[in-house]
Amino acid sequence: MTALRAQSLGKKYKRRWALTGCTLDVPAGHVTGLVGPNGAGKSTLLNLAAGMLRPTTGTIEVCGGVPGSGPAQLAKVGFVAQNTPVYAGLTVDEHLRLGAHLNPSWDDALARRRVAGLGLDTAQQAGKLSGGQRAQLALTLGIAKRPELLLLDEPVAALDPLARRDFLADLMETVAEHGLSVVLSSHLVSDLERVCDHLIVLVESQVRITGEVEGLLATHHRLSGSRRDLDTLPADQHVVSASHTDRQTTVLVRTEAPILDPGWTVGRLTLEDLVLAYMSNPTAARPALEVLR
Amino acid sequence: MIEFHLDGGSGLSPYQQLVRQVRHALRLGLLHEGDQLPKVKDVVAALAINPNTVLKAYRELEHDGLVAARPGVGTFVTATLGGGGSLAALGPLRQDLRRWLGKARRAGLDEESIEALFLSTFRSAAREDIA
Amino acid sequence: MTWLTWRQFRIPALAVYAALAAVGVVLAITGPDLVGRTEFTGDAESLYTGTMLAMYLLPAVLGVFWGVPMVTRELETGTHNLVWNQTVTRGRWLAVKLGTGALAAALAAGLLSLAVGWWASPIDTMASAQPENALWTRISPALFGARGIAPIGYAVFALVLGVAVGILLRRTVAAMAVTLVVFAAVQLLVPVLVRPYVLPATEEAVTITGENITRITGNQAGVIESIDVAEPSGAWVLTNETVDPSGAAVSPLPDAVQGCMPAPGEGLPDRQTVVGCLTQLSDLGYQQRLEYHPADDFWPLQWIETAFFLALSALLARFCFRRLRHLS
Repeated sequence: MTALRAQSLGKKYKRRWALTGCTLDVPAGHVTGLVGPNGAGKSTLLNLAAGMLRPTTGTIEVCGGVPGSGPAQLAKVGFVAQNTPVYAGLTVDEHLRLGAHLNPSWDDALARRRVAGLGLDTAQQAGKLSGGQRAQLALTLGIAKRPELLLLDEPVAALDPLARRDFLADLMETVAEHGLSVVLSSHLVSDLERVCDHLIVLVESQVRITGEVEGLLATHHRLSGSRRDLDTLPADQHVVSASHTDRQTTVLVRTEAPILDPGWTVGRLTLEDLVLAYMSNPTAARPALEVLR
Repeated sequence: MIEFHLDGGSGLSPYQQLVRQVRHALRLGLLHEGDQLPKVKDVVAALAINPNTVLKAYRELEHDGLVAARPGVGTFVTATLGGGGSLAALGPLRQDLRRWLGKARRAGLDEESIEALFLSTFRSAAREDIA
Repeated sequence: MTWLTWRQFRIPALAVYAALAAVGVVLAITGPDLVGRTEFTGDAESLYTGTMLAMYLLPAVLGVFWGVPMVTRELETGTHNLVWNQTVTRGRWLAVKLGTGALAAALAAGLLSLAVGWWASPIDTMASAQPENALWTRISPALFGARGIAPIGYAVFALVLGVAVGILLRRTVAAMAVTLVVFAAVQLLVPVLVRPYVLPATEEAVTITGENITRITGNQAGVIESIDVAEPSGAWVLTNETVDPSGAAVSPLPDAVQGCMPAPGEGLPDRQTVVGCLTQLSDLGYQQRLEYHPADDFWPLQWIETAFFLALSALLARFCFRRLRHLS
């Protein structure tokens, strides 16, 4: 079951390509992190998946349908945009009524339970809520329509650490309860590490690497040893980044095979190390894009 | 009911930490046969981690024969670890440890070095166990 | 969707209808005073001018304050990301909002026009009986757009125009300004370029006699440029010109009659003499040509104009729906 499938997806704004050659296969039932620097194309990808934008090239399929192609498709996908927009003049209660009126699959009991559990005052105008409360309200609207896939565009960017933690904990509880698929973008990798079991790294409008987090961490290693030429590395070790001093070479490789050379000290990477390596080496030699499972 | 926590510096992945904490609790007698492990939903709400992580940990424990999942109800402990048997082994193990510590000090290691040596060996051995 | 539309629309709608109610009250109070009068000066005149102004402004106000924010407000606050991701397509969202707005606009314009029409009926009667009061006839360009059912067409058009400009420009203030300018331009151009020709005008050839010359126009050099003859009462006159035997218009008048006007410095002209002198034109074979829409043309012209604006609205609405799909 695929939550999101993209084939050579591209989006051009006037003269700039915001996204190019994006090929992805995101399985359902997982929480996928979409990470990359600002302007890399994360919002564009999420907007394309939600049907808010139309592709310039390539195709995208979400939950088995074309994004934005009608009410049935819209019901399957929940989208919380950047800055979690809400109607400032409507109260919390009116937002829930909006959800109930506009979504046949609206679960009002769930929505009310969440709002009560979050301590939101239903008579409060949404414009007067704090940033964290607004994000939670927007998330409630996204979740209570019972979608198959939830897309979140930097949902915690403007939140303080406590609000961030609460938001993510709450999101995970919902995923556990309802088996929801989630794609969430962030540039805070530490959050993603706890919460995501799947990853997409997007840099300069292109997908750099994608796959299951466990698999990625198992196949990426930091090798350090005496200074040497990178050409001497075996063919199945793909260099992601490398640095040299006069005596030492440290290189980050991706390989399925075990490291046999005793001259290397092999180190584990955290997810943050891995993402940073891909983010800071946009032109790192990479073969045709592979999806690691 | 035990409570889980995650240690960012332990070098173990989250699911490995959960497995260890359950095994630890079993060894220390904090969990008995028939006790229920925390529901996935609750672990996830407390720690803000992916539910699949918890599921994976519980599955591994089930694979090791320590717990059993009852669909719709929860995951329950079915066996204990060590218990009485290990109590008897504690005495000789403690003596071995004292002897080793004496050797280390005579070799010139200070307290910090002893601790570092012990921890790094312990961790790499643990990783080899689980991997 | 209707719940949301009403929730968002209720204040702008109530504001306009409350204002209309206030105007209605004023008209109801002053209306009975007008019945039976044949002279309308002072207060009555000011009130009439005021209501005419209100009728002309209403569509513009609706276009700017109801139409433009319908889309631009959502775009500027980012709430389009929220509402277009509910289980309602953009098409349906716009259809309900635009439909409601258009109906409310048509109703507002219709009600106001009805009230004004009732109130001003004594004035209309007077205008159609007395040809000297041509300014008061409701078919004249100054008043036509403020009477009858044409305001309904304008109101719907202005509303859809506001939405269309909003979708195009995406910014509230800029869209409001552009809507106002475009609407005003259309209102100024239609009476000149379109309305005169949608129905065939009545043509009459009138003999120039001493009794029917109503105006003589000359320039500073003392040359008579043209004359006007009496026009039918309650009509919208398009042409009132002197033509030669072959049918071509002449201006200034032929030399033969230029002597009718005393040269500057020779004293004031005597009307009887000048007019009597000008009747020579008939002897010379000249006639006055009148082209006009009689008072009876009022309703046919109203229907045609309303239909024209509704058709324009439909085209604009189609544009709105198509363009909306590409907004983000």
